[in-house]
Amino acid sequence: MTASLHPSLLFLAGALLLWVLPLLGRKILILLVPATAFLVITQLTPGTYYGYELFGFDLNLLRVDKLSKAFGYVFTINAFACFLFALHLKSRYEHTAALVYIGAALGAVFAADLISLYLFWEVMAITSTFLVLARKTEKAYRAAFRYVMVHIFGGLCLLAGILLQVNATGSVAFDGFSLQGLPTYLILIGFLINAAAPPISAWLADAYPEATVTGGVIMTAYTTKTAVYTLIRGFAGWEILIAVGCFMAIYGIIYAILENDMRRILAYSIMNQVGFMICGIGIGTALAISGAVAHAFAHIIYKALLWMSAGAVLYLTGKSKCTDLGGLYKTMPLTMIFGTVGALAISSFPFLSGYTSKPMIIEAGIHEGFFWVWLILEIASAGVFLHAGIKFPYFVFFAKDNGLRPGEPPKHMLLAMAFLAFICIFLGVYPQPLYDILPYPVDFHAYGFEHTLNQFQLLMFSALAFFLLLPLLKRTRTISIDTDWFYRKGGRLFFSGCDKIFNSLNDFGDRIFAQKVPSLLNRFFLDPSRYVQKYVVQLMAEVSGDDKQVDRRNKEIDHRTKALAYPIGGSVFLAVLFVAVMSLLYFN
Amino acid sequence: MDPENKKPEVWTWFDHAQNIKRLKIGFYIVLVLLVIPDFFIHKHSLFSPVEAWPGFYAFVGFASCVVIILVSKLLGFVLKRKEDYYDS
Repeated sequence: MTASLHPSLLFLAGALLLWVLPLLGRKILILLVPATAFLVITQLTPGTYYGYELFGFDLNLLRVDKLSKAFGYVFTINAFACFLFALHLKSRYEHTAALVYIGAALGAVFAADLISLYLFWEVMAITSTFLVLARKTEKAYRAAFRYVMVHIFGGLCLLAGILLQVNATGSVAFDGFSLQGLPTYLILIGFLINAAAPPISAWLADAYPEATVTGGVIMTAYTTKTAVYTLIRGFAGWEILIAVGCFMAIYGIIYAILENDMRRILAYSIMNQVGFMICGIGIGTALAISGAVAHAFAHIIYKALLWMSAGAVLYLTGKSKCTDLGGLYKTMPLTMIFGTVGALAISSFPFLSGYTSKPMIIEAGIHEGFFWVWLILEIASAGVFLHAGIKFPYFVFFAKDNGLRPGEPPKHMLLAMAFLAFICIFLGVYPQPLYDILPYPVDFHAYGFEHTLNQFQLLMFSALAFFLLLPLLKRTRTISIDTDWFYRKGGRLFFSGCDKIFNSLNDFGDRIFAQKVPSLLNRFFLDPSRYVQKYVVQLMAEVSGDDKQVDRRNKEIDHRTKALAYPIGGSVFLAVLFVAVMSLLYFN
Repeated sequence: MDPENKKPEVWTWFDHAQNIKRLKIGFYIVLVLLVIPDFFIHKHSLFSPVEAWPGFYAFVGFASCVVIILVSKLLGFVLKRKEDYYDS
């Protein structure tokens, strides 16, 4: 087998080179790496390469087929745009994390076996954490900690699943899983955690908005979409995914509507969009899988565009809450236009990329006769326009003017946005190049008159609902509790609960065994004979019912003790007592 | 943040009440225009004949959004917390 260059290698080599190059060299390098990787991927021929042996298994780092190539293309195109957007950054640290992260994502996509996949999977989790940490705020540190903990948990589920799977089948191959059982369920859970499927989904909306301006843009594409790729590869046609996907699509919308932070709105809309893809994977037909890949492709592009426009706003104003923003079209018209292109593309507005990809999934559901899937996805489509299509641009660039006059972002940021906006429009008008790289040939025509008209009606009347109910959508300075409550607040409650229960038990034990009992014993052993006599006197008085003598006798005992008027000493008495106790213990 | 310290150009088109009015009228005209063809073309239905009714997708879009907004509003009462909720 001829070994072509592995695209991940370019990114890893780039990450190393970054540390020896001066600023200008670094700027060229970060653009050159994704561009070269893209060209390398176009030249890859189907097959498996980069074989190596580990623990007696034959592993392959590079599996080339239409599916892995499609993800490879979009990962590298998006990487190019993201690095163009991040060109102003002088920090080697952030670019290194980003390069290794993207390289690992490509590695996971091209890995042919479960073990290589797992290794890249964990590298992704760790390097992406640095993109959050690089924000260098207390909130970001905490969010990064929670982020990495969730991903370690997900990684462990995946690892456990892989080990059980290898043990059960004797094979490390990563292909469609047919057996349903604990191993495959664990692998599925590991994948779904990275896809941000509820209930372990809150990490996305928790961590991404805390990442740096450019880190946020980069992260949106890779973790969830690598998970989408692995789900396509391993779990196409698993019907449970239809339900998961539909739930995610609606869940993302509702939280996005409640949210105030613009980047958190976009984070929730990732969940919503990944919901569509997962639903397509669950349907599992050729059209549905191709639709899911096409949608992942289009989504990565317009979502990065949206995050860039939000990132530009954050970069210039330092604010990300809708309540602090508004009226920015006045000085950032270009950013507004690019952001709106992204917003319309995500809403699958005709003539933009969302419209040539998402309807394939819905169409596939219709072919299978899934009424509920169709209905929920149509409702969710309307909801996307509501929360991302209108709400995001409206509250950031229009709505109430908060007096911010930042001006446009640097040219390289505008250029990156223009590049992605162009792809959104290009794929919306002429989707054939996208259809050509899909894993299955598709016969799908988005622009039937009736279909386009229906879509326009759906979207424009959603807009009507938005503007009519605008008073209900007024932004509030609030956050919404999501499932991260369980480890953020729940963890603290658990701690304070344990604190109360166990520490009060401890206090109780301390009072009895460390204070009361020793002090009693102490008093007794100071003068054992006196207390034994007194006790016997008390006992006799109770038995005879005559307690008149008790006081007098006690006084006599006290007097005798003080005068030390005993024929035998206290120690002898104790010795006798000890022998008595021992004999009771032994001979009883 | 602006390194050149230039004052950016300020657009104010959306601040004029008459422009907003024009936009609104334009928007309503578009809405009507979108539904009119439904009365003249034969529409296909997938699951039930209701889908072929004129303006069905307009209704779906409008109704779903109203429901989504109301449901989120209600859920908001349960889920919304002050911004420092996790800090205390």
